[in-house]
Amino acid sequence: MDETTESIEVSETPDEKRHVPVWVIVTAFAVLLAFLGLIYWGLTHAKQGPVSLGQKVPGFDLVTFDGQQISTDDLAGKVVVVNFWASWCTPCESEAAAMEQAWQMYKPGGQVVFLGVDYVDTEPEAMGYLQKYNISYPNGPDLRTSISQLFRIRGVPETYILDADGHLASIQIGPFQSLDEIVSTIEGVLQSQ
Amino acid sequence: MGFFNSKAVFSSLFLVMVAVSLVNSAALAQATPPPQSTPSPSADDINAIARQLYCPVCENIPLDVCETTACEQWRALIGQLLAEGKSEQQIKDYFMLNYGDRVLAEPPRYGLNWLVYILPVVFFVIGIFILYRVLRQMRRAKAPVNPQIPDKPSGVTQEDTYLARVEEALRERKERK
Amino acid sequence: MIINFGYGTLLVALVVTIFGTFAAIYGVKKNSYAWVKSARNAMLLTWPLITLATLCLIYLQVNEHFEVLYVYNVVSRSMPVYLRITALWGGQPGSLLFWAWVLSAFTSAVMLRKWDRDREFLPWVIFVSMITLAFFLSVTIFVENPFRRIWLSPAGQQIIAMFQPQGAMPLVPSDGYGLNPMLRHPGMIIHPPALYLGFVAFVIPFAFAIAALITGRTDDRWIRITRRWTLVAWLFLSLGLVLGARWAYDVLGWGGYWGWDPVEIAALMPWLSGTAFLHSVMIQEKRGLFKRWNMILIILTYALVILGTFLTRSGVFSSVHAFAQSAIGPLFFGFMALTFFASLGLMLYRWKDLGSEGTMHSLLSRESLFLFNNLFFMGILAVCFWGVVFPLVSELFTGQKVTVGPPFYERATAPLFGALLLLMGIAPLSAWGHSSLKRIGRAIWIPFGVSIIALAGTWMAGVRIWVALLGFWLIAFSLSVTLYEYGRGVVARTRSTGENIALALWRIGGRNHRRYGGYIIHMGLILMGLGIIGIELFQVQTQVTLQRGQTLQVENYQVKYDSLAIFDTSEGSNVARAVVEVDQNGSKIAELYPRRDYYYDTQQQITIPGLRSTLKDDLYVILVDWESVSFDQATFKIYFNPLVAWLWVGSLIFIFGILVAAWPARSRQGVGNG
Repeated sequence: MDETTESIEVSETPDEKRHVPVWVIVTAFAVLLAFLGLIYWGLTHAKQGPVSLGQKVPGFDLVTFDGQQISTDDLAGKVVVVNFWASWCTPCESEAAAMEQAWQMYKPGGQVVFLGVDYVDTEPEAMGYLQKYNISYPNGPDLRTSISQLFRIRGVPETYILDADGHLASIQIGPFQSLDEIVSTIEGVLQSQ
Repeated sequence: MGFFNSKAVFSSLFLVMVAVSLVNSAALAQATPPPQSTPSPSADDINAIARQLYCPVCENIPLDVCETTACEQWRALIGQLLAEGKSEQQIKDYFMLNYGDRVLAEPPRYGLNWLVYILPVVFFVIGIFILYRVLRQMRRAKAPVNPQIPDKPSGVTQEDTYLARVEEALRERKERK
Repeated sequence: MIINFGYGTLLVALVVTIFGTFAAIYGVKKNSYAWVKSARNAMLLTWPLITLATLCLIYLQVNEHFEVLYVYNVVSRSMPVYLRITALWGGQPGSLLFWAWVLSAFTSAVMLRKWDRDREFLPWVIFVSMITLAFFLSVTIFVENPFRRIWLSPAGQQIIAMFQPQGAMPLVPSDGYGLNPMLRHPGMIIHPPALYLGFVAFVIPFAFAIAALITGRTDDRWIRITRRWTLVAWLFLSLGLVLGARWAYDVLGWGGYWGWDPVEIAALMPWLSGTAFLHSVMIQEKRGLFKRWNMILIILTYALVILGTFLTRSGVFSSVHAFAQSAIGPLFFGFMALTFFASLGLMLYRWKDLGSEGTMHSLLSRESLFLFNNLFFMGILAVCFWGVVFPLVSELFTGQKVTVGPPFYERATAPLFGALLLLMGIAPLSAWGHSSLKRIGRAIWIPFGVSIIALAGTWMAGVRIWVALLGFWLIAFSLSVTLYEYGRGVVARTRSTGENIALALWRIGGRNHRRYGGYIIHMGLILMGLGIIGIELFQVQTQVTLQRGQTLQVENYQVKYDSLAIFDTSEGSNVARAVVEVDQNGSKIAELYPRRDYYYDTQQQITIPGLRSTLKDDLYVILVDWESVSFDQATFKIYFNPLVAWLWVGSLIFIFGILVAAWPARSRQGVGNG
């Protein structure tokens, strides 16, 4: 800068020549860090798959279509099969009959409980679906999508099996191909306890 | 002279903007016709509400244009609720309860969500504050800069420009040789 | 083979880039211009190399080399040649390569200018450009390689790799998957490239700004050099946004042109700060003010470009626009964090050197109005940014996902856009340094009078919504002022040169590009505002099921369902096409063909509206459903969109205005820039 600037500087306020105050610098970087932290969290969160095997799954409540309230805390000591489905989901239908058959197999033993969680569905269609496949195990809507968010599902159908201690023992993304597959998976969980 | 009393400026600016924003929400909301509780609400009645909701499974697609089977079911559900005589707000609440807050086009006003609505006002206030600082600086620097020659740039840049032109002309001369 | 050659040139380009980065720094350290020149040559070399790689990929796409995974994903046999070329930016790997290609093109072009007066900038401009290019090249080469092939292992498993794995055989699918049907549209030719060009071109002013900060030459030299670059970047970004809106209106089938989708907003945000920057630099050039604003604005613009690119590609947001999730998210995040921290640090370091060289004196002076301009744009930007970020905040702190949608954005930004419209009307009348209400008042009364007449006309036409009345008045006012100022210039010119009006109109644009280009740009934007008010506040929509031959009255049109036909096309789709007749006052004025296209390869369908467009209104018809056997009944969604054609007319004028403003001056009026 040459000499001519000096004469104009008279009109400049004295603030201009001071150093940037430390609190401004700290705040600026803190805000940037907070923002980057948020984005990073969003990134890792988006990349997360479903709940991982071995993790303890927090208890949740399911209000069935019949009005019954079931809490998984009450089911401690039993193996819980949580199946996410929807009436508008075609692949779900391919496993529906097998699921009911499996339930009939394990119902007398009392060790395994089947829970059906209806994911963002409408009641009339859901009831129609249940009737069509004669599903008798408890089913309820996933209110506010809180249960599906708990398991971080990506779509339907997905089935999560919790062992007697409430840890996640098995994940099935997509429909089961056959009754045998369902049974062997559940047997696997029962054996490993 | 043209200086305004900065206090008066800010008070009036603030009042105007508050008035504008208050009336804003009402005016900008597209008027929804009151739902008729006839046994068969028309597609338009359904769409009027569906437009304000998002498809619970698709990515950012409004419910009235979504073409999947699921969305058709949800629109039918709206129709059913309308036939039962539910109001628009009740239908929205129902969807929120069943499908999560995500389906509404704006965050419902409770808890942390208030931040969404308050921050723009905060930004506005910050803007006014910046303006205030600048006006104060203007007032303080009542330097006798000649107001009759508004279009002339400041002395430094003009000199710089002139010097640069001289340099340029000299160089061109050299190159021509 | 072509595949390996393409990959090879990319590797060489990366090596050259890394060399250039170090050479530039070394040149600065050792004060050796020879090293800096070497870095410059390295920069120039990158473009031909990346061009070769790009041409290789395009060749593979056009020639159906489905053994390449990327080609398999974006190309299918049923796609015509032009779409196969555009598929270059149809997926993540290809579009990253395209980014790198455009980046090397622009930075090489900058290398070709005369650097004699700005030697101290050169190594830093090279450094910033090279680091960015190195990042994009690395990500393309190591993570999202477009040249990866599909192999079949001996065990029958599919492997994706660049080079042949042990014992595996190449797998050549007979057909590809193809582009998403919504992308199979001429808009694919220019909309993505325009956006990329716009985004990438902002690297240049950013690099110069960083160079200015590092070297301490914080006067307006860096602005003068990059002035045209900024305009070019802004031109392409504006073009990209406008094309995206038109494409959405044309094909997406919901009568809308802007959905306030996070990815759309990610592209809008750099445009907002870029526009503020474009205006604000004028103040630094003329009055030496706003140096800090300008530094903040260009860094912000570039930061938003990087952020936008990151958000679109990382999977943080789910959106119709977003690319599928990939591993580049964390890498991009790292690059972004580094850029933000370094820029912020540098700016704070030089903050005291960015003091103004003058002061503002009057609230209504041009500088002061530009300050308002900056504040309003920043306000809109803040609203957009907050709306995009809040869902993340909500999910982090409450676990509940929320959507921030159009109602929020429209309500919060409408008054700010209105204020900008008002500014467009007042600013041309203000003067540098000092302005009073009296002075502006004297200049304003004719345009103001015209605007009041227009307002009265609007009222008499039956408009009662006060927002619309205010909007129409603002439009009339700003338009009158701009036309008035333009007209005054033309009249003054005819008086002095004796030319006729037409010639004067042409020549005056030629003499003062920036000012008259600016007027045209503003006029275009004002007309776009007219279209927006029309469609947003006065749209009428209805969904109706019609029997064959049945008519529905929509506003002043009669819409009749004539017939429906279903057939296959040569482009691999099955089309259901309805014929809809539009009458007015009993006589036929148009025939529309709303249709539903189902693509066999991707198993997706798109809806294409039948559209009749006039300056007064648009009639937009979508085929929703039909009775499958006899086609006796069909369901349509009909939108009546008043004035929306002005959105597109305004866009054309807007783009034309930018070209006028950016056009190189015929005579050397001042210092040679650029």
